[in-house]
Amino acid sequence: MPRISLPWLADHVDLPQGLTAEQLAADLVRVGLEEEAIHSAGVTGPLVVGRVVSLVKEPQKNGKVINWCQVDVGDHGVAREDGGFDPRGIICGAHNFEEGDFIVAALPGAVLPGPFPIASRKTYGHISDGMICSQRELGLGEDHDGIMVLTRMGFSADELVPGSDALTLLGLHEEVLEINVTPDRGYCFSMRGIAREYAHSTGAVFTDQGVGEHLPPATDDGFAVTVADDAPIHGNVGCDRFVTRIVRGIDATRQTPRWMARRLEQAGMRPISLTVDVTNYVMLDLGQPLHAYDLSTLVEPVVVRRARPGESLTTLDSVRRELATEDLLITDSQGGQGARILGLAGVMGGAETEVSVSTSDVLIEAAHFDPVSVARTARRHKLPSEAAKRFERGVDPQLPAVAAQRVVDLLVEFGGGVADSRVSDVMTLPPMPVIKFSLRDPERLCGVAYSDEQVVAVLREIGCVVTAVAESLIVDVVPPSWRPDLTGAAELVEEVARLVGYDAIPATLPAAPAGRGLTAAQRTRRSVARALAEYGFVETLSYPFTSEAIRDDLMLPADDQRRASVRLRNPLQGDRGVMRTSLLETLVETARRNVSRGMVNIALSETGLVTLPSREIVDAPQLPPARTPEPEELQALLSAVPHQPRHVAGVMCGFQTEPGWWGPAQQWQWSDALDAAALVAERAGVDVRLQADTARAPFHPGRCAAVVTTDGVVVGHAGELHPQVCERLGLPARSCAFEVDLDALLSIRDGAPVQAHPVSTFPLAKEDLALVVDESVTVALVVDAVRRGGGDAVESVQLFDVYRGEQIGEGRKSLAVALRLRASDRTLTAQDTAAIRDAILAEAAERVGAELRG
Amino acid sequence: MSTPDTVISPLDQAAISAAVDSALVAVGAATTLEALKEVRIAHTGDKSPLAVANRGIGQLAPQDKAQAGKNLGPARGRIAQALAARQEELEAERAERVLVEEAVDVTLPVTRRPRGARHPLESLQEQVADFFVGLGWEIEEGPELEAEWFNFDALNFGPDHPARQMQDTFFVESLTGSDDSGLVLRTHTSSVQARALLARDLPLYIACPGKVFRTDELDATHTPVFHQVEGIAVDKGLTMSHLVGTLDHFARTMFGQDVTTRIRPSYFPFTEPSAEVDLWFPQKKGGAGWIEWGGCGMVHPNVLKAAGIDPDEYTGFAFGMGLERTLMLRHGIADMHDIIEGDVRFSSQFGVDL
Repeated sequence: MPRISLPWLADHVDLPQGLTAEQLAADLVRVGLEEEAIHSAGVTGPLVVGRVVSLVKEPQKNGKVINWCQVDVGDHGVAREDGGFDPRGIICGAHNFEEGDFIVAALPGAVLPGPFPIASRKTYGHISDGMICSQRELGLGEDHDGIMVLTRMGFSADELVPGSDALTLLGLHEEVLEINVTPDRGYCFSMRGIAREYAHSTGAVFTDQGVGEHLPPATDDGFAVTVADDAPIHGNVGCDRFVTRIVRGIDATRQTPRWMARRLEQAGMRPISLTVDVTNYVMLDLGQPLHAYDLSTLVEPVVVRRARPGESLTTLDSVRRELATEDLLITDSQGGQGARILGLAGVMGGAETEVSVSTSDVLIEAAHFDPVSVARTARRHKLPSEAAKRFERGVDPQLPAVAAQRVVDLLVEFGGGVADSRVSDVMTLPPMPVIKFSLRDPERLCGVAYSDEQVVAVLREIGCVVTAVAESLIVDVVPPSWRPDLTGAAELVEEVARLVGYDAIPATLPAAPAGRGLTAAQRTRRSVARALAEYGFVETLSYPFTSEAIRDDLMLPADDQRRASVRLRNPLQGDRGVMRTSLLETLVETARRNVSRGMVNIALSETGLVTLPSREIVDAPQLPPARTPEPEELQALLSAVPHQPRHVAGVMCGFQTEPGWWGPAQQWQWSDALDAAALVAERAGVDVRLQADTARAPFHPGRCAAVVTTDGVVVGHAGELHPQVCERLGLPARSCAFEVDLDALLSIRDGAPVQAHPVSTFPLAKEDLALVVDESVTVALVVDAVRRGGGDAVESVQLFDVYRGEQIGEGRKSLAVALRLRASDRTLTAQDTAAIRDAILAEAAERVGAELRG
Repeated sequence: MSTPDTVISPLDQAAISAAVDSALVAVGAATTLEALKEVRIAHTGDKSPLAVANRGIGQLAPQDKAQAGKNLGPARGRIAQALAARQEELEAERAERVLVEEAVDVTLPVTRRPRGARHPLESLQEQVADFFVGLGWEIEEGPELEAEWFNFDALNFGPDHPARQMQDTFFVESLTGSDDSGLVLRTHTSSVQARALLARDLPLYIACPGKVFRTDELDATHTPVFHQVEGIAVDKGLTMSHLVGTLDHFARTMFGQDVTTRIRPSYFPFTEPSAEVDLWFPQKKGGAGWIEWGGCGMVHPNVLKAAGIDPDEYTGFAFGMGLERTLMLRHGIADMHDIIEGDVRFSSQFGVDL
């Protein structure tokens, strides 16, 4: 994102004395340019200009030769009695400088980037009283190893005074503000645009350097350019402006002026050569991406066209790229009209026609390309270049001629070149739209009573042409060329709101119509979550991403439905691209993490969505943006989205009750998992029964229950985890789990209010029965038989003992149940209870072959 | 204590009186319920002197019987009364002693069953929902794996929109073998806006807390899976002023009456004007400052049009706040890892409500 050097910004707008980067950030954020960071060079003084007075080479035992230098640092030197100053002695290991050179000396007390504090130190038999700096040590660049000799960097000896402040000289005292630019403000990728916004925020005087006067018009002999776009995207021709200028006789030995190089560095760009630096500088300054070609290598005409099948290009970054037919290209006519590819338009140039150190004649391209075309090409080739970043957000189409002139001027001034009279300018720009704008819209959308004059003034300030229509609140607004984002009334309203200030908008709480509160399902989900927490579960959240490896650990069979899952195209971790089909897939990992941290006695729960592929697999249709879909289109959209029911699951490990003064520990066990699952159903208001499921991973085949509704729908499972699953996952043996489809439960519930049964106040009769049945008969069947036999008078049936032994016989068990009997309309007599008891025995005998234990 | 061989005559008042005195002394001397029981047997039992004397009344001459009765009745009554009183005293003493003996150390650990806890993000989402329900709004939900059209296009992000590329989207593989499933993990809860605008009648005031996804690596302040609350209101006459009012009220409910908010211009394709909401955070690392809370704005006319709503008749506002950030700011949570790792020690700090 753009980095702002304050002196550079001051080229475009008046800045107050002593403006800090922090204050600038505060000013810019008001108009929507957010601070990203404030960068400083990380150097504090004393850092001064020094002149090497003497240099003695001293060979060392280790074979190295060091320089013992006396450096004149003016009044930073060693004070003499007569009031003058002697040079300081400094040891230096580099050899690219000599006596008489101007260098930069960091004196004791200075701190260089690192941080690297400088102090006097004894070394090689001398006191080294400072350091002679390289560019790298000052954070000014990476590519120079030796000492910075100032006269070789564009400074003249006349302006260098020993002892003067080098921080100022090198711009190292400056802070640089990096801002974040939202996609609608492409023009703020330039000093020109940021300065304009600063002026909007503060009222400072702004001088627009992006409007050219006295620009030379296109000449008949201008370098021939043809735009031949035979496949415009969305009907927009790929290039609607193409300006070329020529500069001849650039002196290849000329260096980029120091101030320009420093500004480029501050902006985060590396200085390369004068011609390249000038094009980059003008881009950063005005916002117009530019390209310079070695004129001697070009063959007229330049043709802007789409790529043909099979074409490829080696870009400036030395990567060979296969081109797509949608890529817009700059070509020239070596080997035929448009035959040679020069670059990807608005994205990156090619290596072949790049300017080199020996280039003396250049062709400057300043063009305007279709944002969508550039964006697609940049995306396709993963080239988010500085040029592409600007073009895809929108560049002022009036800029190319102005920017090209700036490049010409700078190359003439600093490169010793001569501006050629040949100018070409191919221009097919569409006119800017006229927006019919009601002066009442800002108030209608913002709730602030802006005056008509205020609204018009703001629109004019941002560069719009506002034409009043007589006797009407509607005005015609033509946005300025640098604001392609201003496409409608709402966009203009935002301009009014932000320039007047968002802080002018008062706070008013709207009165919504009476709502219906939470839905029944939303309330139930809360009950379930709360009930599990009160039961002892700690609620967790896990990412819904899983892997086949986890499914293997959970021992899901290869054909298990839960293996059919939706995958991500770009997961963060390669093996984590599978969307979970059950919560346990990710919850067991949360359990494992806890166990590995020493929390071995845990009960974890999670409520969340799982993703099940739709029965009919279809892709979601690509519908146009911002258009109401037709009913069948909407249906297609909705049905392409996989089913994502909300599940609730739990995992329990270790003890639920620790050993204590009350007695031994109690493990979480299979029955607790079943209880928890039943609790979920109960809180959801759905009757369920638990029935054995001997083939459900990841559970123990003998200790797993399916949770089944009265209609026979399986809505979940609970039980002990398979011993091998515990082992594979590193969970304690006999860990337990459950998972229930909460949405399925909620959909079953009819939502009708519970109808109350009257409470009988007649006396209770208690009766115990011991029933002997075959081992295979489940408790549920016996209890069911007892209830049926006893009829309405049975208030409850409680199993209190299971006995197996010789008296009963092999393969049989005795189930002892306590009955509570009560009638709703009378006191039960002894005869009544005896009759009920007989009826129960008869029913139990018939249904489950039970005998009364003798 | 009297012996059986010294039989007292029912008419011997002095002997009776002596027996009573003897009994009363014995009662008074009994310090335990067991001793008192023996005293009772000795002085009121069948073989006790006064019981024996009482039985002797039958053998007396008729004219003496009345006197004998007068002698013995009150005497025995006094003993019985004394016994009862002492019994009550001793029982009370015993009851008290038992209570003392049964005292326990109440500082013994008493929590046998584990205490569970809600995840604070879930509690927070409930609190947020309650806030909006309190305003009369309703709580909407939507899928996390979503059609791109709802996540982007319906919200005025065309396929080539630069903002669409900036969303760090998780894309879903097509199961049909095509290049493009048209499905993504929703990058914001705003996708629910698009659905609700199509499905619900106007006026509409809804909030939607939920999970969203971006391809950010997990670190102390980022997570690829996080939570937002989306709010959208569409009605006649809604302005940015209503947006500011709603957010101010929301911020005060979440962070207390002293919280300061500001909105500043920003950009989202689906709102215009757009803004970011900042909170003034005095404890910010490196000095007090503004912290971004979420994005908001007036619903873009194109979004309304996509739902068949006339933007000249209706206006609306929308916002999306980060809930992790809300939780971290409110509860001093420094590291995102704590929120997402599911360590029981984290959730347990919050109990079942925030």
